[in-house]
Amino acid sequence: MNASVGRREIPGTTLFDGAQARKGYALNKMCFSFNDAANREAFKADEAAYCAKFGLNDAQRAAIEARNVLQLIAAGGNVYYLAKFAGIFGLDVQDLGAQQTGMSKDQFKAKLLAAGRN
Amino acid sequence: MATLVGGITTSHVPAIGRAIARNLQADPYFKPFFDGFPPVHDWLAAVKPDVAVVLYNDHGLNFFLDKMPTFAVGAAPEYRNADEGWGIPVLPPFPGEQALSWHLIESLIGEDFDLTTCQEMLVDHAFTLPMALLWPGSDAWPVKVVPVCINTVQFPLPSARRCWQLGQAIGRAIQSWDADKRVVVVGTGGLSHQLDGERAGFINKDFDLKFMDSLISDPTWATKYSITDLVELTGTQGVELLMWLATRGALGDKVRQVHRNYHIPISNTAAGTLALECR
Repeated sequence: MNASVGRREIPGTTLFDGAQARKGYALNKMCFSFNDAANREAFKADEAAYCAKFGLNDAQRAAIEARNVLQLIAAGGNVYYLAKFAGIFGLDVQDLGAQQTGMSKDQFKAKLLAAGRN
Repeated sequence: MATLVGGITTSHVPAIGRAIARNLQADPYFKPFFDGFPPVHDWLAAVKPDVAVVLYNDHGLNFFLDKMPTFAVGAAPEYRNADEGWGIPVLPPFPGEQALSWHLIESLIGEDFDLTTCQEMLVDHAFTLPMALLWPGSDAWPVKVVPVCINTVQFPLPSARRCWQLGQAIGRAIQSWDADKRVVVVGTGGLSHQLDGERAGFINKDFDLKFMDSLISDPTWATKYSITDLVELTGTQGVELLMWLATRGALGDKVRQVHRNYHIPISNTAAGTLALECR
């Protein structure tokens, strides 16, 4: 048997479980649509209308407007789909990491390099 | 019967795709990762596989949350890559080995694995980048493929123990395939990394090195951990080591290490490569 199978909190970490998947469905569905370049353009052309089409709730709409990754996760977003949203702005996962940890991108990169020197 | 020649596990970070597209293999940032591949290329040239069974996780190209299979096996004549939204070049299509797809499906379901089968399937960077790393610069892929997708998006994920068992069953299926073909298993993802949350940027070198060692000397070692344990130890995306574990499961009791490489970081990820030959 596994040594530990119970649910427990991991600091700074949200497991994308059923509760998150239910809460975030509309948001993630919108972000999934950004695989298609035409949809990325439609979002850029009229952000409010595009969000309305997918039925985002107020928290999701506010998090999209703020481009705030932690808020997007709290609103049920999954990072794999959020990465497609970030792609619209040319942001990569190091930009997302820097924003979530309150660092500059250079500081975030330095933290990763340091992990290799330990 | 078919011959299982061995397995290769490697990371699939999108930044690798950007580096390949821009010919940055010798760039100081990327070189320590790409330098892990020439010995693997030499081994592939020697063992000459005809087919690659590729164990990977989709990141929201083929599968969305409307239908999320735990284990999905491709059975298509061809697999295409497509735009994933953040702009790495789309790679040429991959020819499918449908005879092995259906043999795998029959064999795995015969062993009580409840699969989803896909006669149409887009393959994302987690499939395409390892292929481009293993067979670089070719206009046409020199192997046919069978993709096997493991859910690492939506929890609950299949346990480490279950992925190990899936790998074992894949190994048995390959070895009972009535075809004069040589097969390599490829597992993609990992090693430790976390993209999301305040813990973004988490890396665990000690665990990664122990895990790589374990695949040679004590391959079921990681199956003692729950998925929550693995997230805590390796990060939310570090759980992609499930594909490494399943690959090792396919290779049988004893393996010979052909080559290994480990480098921190590529993007947010501890990037590893391991090539193992069946003994």
